[in-house]
Amino acid sequence: MKQLVKLLKSAPPTAIFGLLVIVVYVFVAFFAPVLTPYGESEIVGSEFEPWGEGFVLGTDNLGRDMLTRLIYGARNTIGIAFATTCLAFLIGGFFGLLATTLGGWVDQVLARVVDVLMAIPTLIFALLILTIVGTSIPVLIVVIAVLDSTRVFRLARAVSMNVVVLDFVEAARLRGERIWWIIGREVLPNSMPPLVAEFGLRFCFVFLFISALSFLGLGLQPPTADWGSMVRDNATLITYGDITPLLPAGAIALLTVGVNFVVDWFLHKTSGLRDEH
Amino acid sequence: MTEILTMVAQRLALGLLTLFVVSLIIFLGIELLPGDLTEAVLGQSATPETVAAFRRELGLDLPPHTRYFEWLGGILQGDFGKSLANQREISELIGVRFANTLFLAAIAAIISVPLAVTLGVLAALHRNSFFDRSVNVVTLSSISFPEFFVAYILILFLAVNVNIFPSISNVSPDLGFWERVYRVMLPALTLTLVVVAHMMRMTRASIINLLASPYIEMANLKGLSRSRIIVHHALPNALAPIINVIVINLAYLVVGVVIVEVVFVYPGLGQLFVDSVIKRDVPVVQGSCLIFAATYILLNLTADVLSILSNPRLLHPK
Repeated sequence: MKQLVKLLKSAPPTAIFGLLVIVVYVFVAFFAPVLTPYGESEIVGSEFEPWGEGFVLGTDNLGRDMLTRLIYGARNTIGIAFATTCLAFLIGGFFGLLATTLGGWVDQVLARVVDVLMAIPTLIFALLILTIVGTSIPVLIVVIAVLDSTRVFRLARAVSMNVVVLDFVEAARLRGERIWWIIGREVLPNSMPPLVAEFGLRFCFVFLFISALSFLGLGLQPPTADWGSMVRDNATLITYGDITPLLPAGAIALLTVGVNFVVDWFLHKTSGLRDEH
Repeated sequence: MTEILTMVAQRLALGLLTLFVVSLIIFLGIELLPGDLTEAVLGQSATPETVAAFRRELGLDLPPHTRYFEWLGGILQGDFGKSLANQREISELIGVRFANTLFLAAIAAIISVPLAVTLGVLAALHRNSFFDRSVNVVTLSSISFPEFFVAYILILFLAVNVNIFPSISNVSPDLGFWERVYRVMLPALTLTLVVVAHMMRMTRASIINLLASPYIEMANLKGLSRSRIIVHHALPNALAPIINVIVINLAYLVVGVVIVEVVFVYPGLGQLFVDSVIKRDVPVVQGSCLIFAATYILLNLTADVLSILSNPRLLHPK
């Protein structure tokens, strides 16, 4: 506990700000039903009511309370982005470590497959797949996770490439340990810091990606509250100088900025990626 | 010289091979994935006879490999087939729109590249100063903003509060050049803000990386000024990574326009692509997907070749 306080004291203001943002978002996401005055897709007033009594941030294009939708949006968007990132890391990390530990043709084949997948821009590829399989939440999670796992694969492979040639891995091989034991107990723990930092960055990417898809009308489908589609639905207000549609967009931006600040700090602390000499 | 030519030819061949595999994925992916095109277009209540007639009309009753080669052969001759939604020739639909997309990307590139390199050099020059830190925080933030957020903020300030630029960029072929530039200004600025951060950070990082090398120390000891060292000694050697990141960002510009085009209702390829995805107009989706992928691969290839040209050491890999 003391160490934690000390660590936080040494953190730059940007990192503290980032941590604070993350904590608040997670809290809001967890306690959404308690914090909201209305139901997630409950129509409570007329369309586009202004800010004020009853509706703190006004109502949206169907007369649903904006604040309530914002809070539920935190829950849905962050939850799905988190699940997707975890899945992407499971797939990408697993195959990346497998490729370097086994080496040989397994490594070659996996690397080439990933090269080809990465040659297609992610957004275009995702839209192509979604055209065929339709957009439901499990489909979204799997499609984005698979596409994103290529980046994780690259990183996991690059990092563990330097680990598998070290003596203790060789020793484990000679002891006759099984491949899963070597991956789990020797290679993985020694490749952790860059992967943890990458988790933050990938989360941001996935989060922005899902919001972008929803904004295009191809992500989370109504009536589920989601920040991307909330921007799209209320965008007309902008032309009247009303900033309400910027709130969900700002909520997205704030979270990604926060995570980026924390990752930046983490990278400076743990690895050789610092740029001072 | 011949070494360079063989290298370029090799990369080009590799790029073509990738493009071929990508076209296979684009075409066969649609075959393998669950979900039936005819059902999507005709609805579930369609009778078996209409379904069969529709499949015959689209040639879906032929085996996949025959159709793939017919499709690819057609595209090589500039024939993308017909749109399912309105029966128009896809090449007609795509042609003008792709030119529009390239126009927008070019304007954004003309603004963003000089800006990013200048900011990067300045930040490296005044490292750890207030300027450097604020640029650092601003760019880190702008990387994390969703594109539509930047777009709507620009609309709010530059089109609604102060009416300088139009908030909808509808261009048509009969407009004059400067009128078109004026109309695409907001989307171009949005794209600029999105890509400048990455390029600028890379410029700064690669220059700072070099500052530790002995020949820079030598220049320092000779008593050269800091700006001369950075512009004349460090920048030329940092060019390889900078060029690389610039071209990669150009590739991103062409692809990243999708969302910006939707926000500004700009008649580009991205807008067409998203519309077709919503309508499940598969031939158009496949065609535009292939064009996007080809542009992306081509630009990445250029990045490869340029970075090897600017750094002769890469010609002889160990």
